[in-house]
Amino acid sequence: MAASSAPDVLQREFLTIRSHLIDLAALLDRVDRGDGPWRDDPRAVQVIQSLQALTAAEPGRAEKLLQIFSLSYDAAWRTTFNL
Amino acid sequence: MEFFDPHIHIASRTTDDLATMAMMGCRVVGEPAFWMGYDRSGANSFYDYFRQLTEWEPKRCAPYGLRHYCWLGINAKEAENVAFAREVIALLPEFLSRPNVLGIGEIGLHKCTRNEVATLQALIDLAMQHQQQMLFHTPHLEDKYKGTRMILDLLRADRRVSPARVCIDHCEEHTIRLALDEGYWAGITLYPTTKATPQRAVDMVEMYGPERILVNSSADWGPSDPTAVAKFMLAMRQRKHSDALIRRIVYDNPRQFCGQSANYREP
Ligand SMILES: [Zn+2]
Repeated sequence: MAASSAPDVLQREFLTIRSHLIDLAALLDRVDRGDGPWRDDPRAVQVIQSLQALTAAEPGRAEKLLQIFSLSYDAAWRTTFNL
Repeated sequence: MEFFDPHIHIASRTTDDLATMAMMGCRVVGEPAFWMGYDRSGANSFYDYFRQLTEWEPKRCAPYGLRHYCWLGINAKEAENVAFAREVIALLPEFLSRPNVLGIGEIGLHKCTRNEVATLQALIDLAMQHQQQMLFHTPHLEDKYKGTRMILDLLRADRRVSPARVCIDHCEEHTIRLALDEGYWAGITLYPTTKATPQRAVDMVEMYGPERILVNSSADWGPSDPTAVAKFMLAMRQRKHSDALIRRIVYDNPRQFCGQSANYREP
């Protein structure tokens, strides 16, 4: 169900994309301006992985980012719980 | 256009909110039982809460032309103490035949512990014994994927469960397909900061189509928005989706899902 062409979507969303990217840049600058290191924090690692995932050339980025921020699932959880 | 918000915590909202929702076209609301933001001190508090959801909130909604339905259960946040949860579960049967009760909900997992699973299993058993529909809360943030998979594992292993009578709520891009592929209804919650935004909900409709999708505000006592479903409708319109498609998602779908409950009456 694609309602519009890609150039139309880009036209419609360009300023929103630009604004969100600049917001994101300013957010990271804000963290950097704080005292002390932060890049070893596991959350920082998730942030860096997410930024890399954004540059992928195909759709599925939102799902990919949500996976980066998710705990892993163990299909044998019932055994772990002795159920 | 009329809409139905199938997941909103009316008990936390003011009559100003009810008036605003009604002015925006809301006609029906579904209110799942949930956590009050602090743990209740005893099972009696739940008894009073179930009375509130079945007696008082429908009365508060009626002057605004809002038909009020509810789901009863114990939220995963209060499920860790299994003995206490069982006391609460024992209260449920006497409420299930009340005229605005749609089923058991919202139930599910929070931190995905063994005790939460034990309470959840007892709630599923109760629902199945009483032929009730079920509304599932999936965990927040990093726990959502794992918790959704565990809930689906429990349901798949239970031959009594009919997926068409179950909603897996608070789905996002990494969990929605899991729910839809197994025949469940998938709820998308529009919530600031966590869960989905109206724009992302429209994206998911564009990716997966309208079948078995429900969109809700889940508005409660925290930062949340009782007009979120109307904002989703606007976002759909801005992307040039038809009125028929919008109506299907915000009105026909929740009526179809909730209409499977013995107590549901058309507005
Ligand atoms: Zn809720």
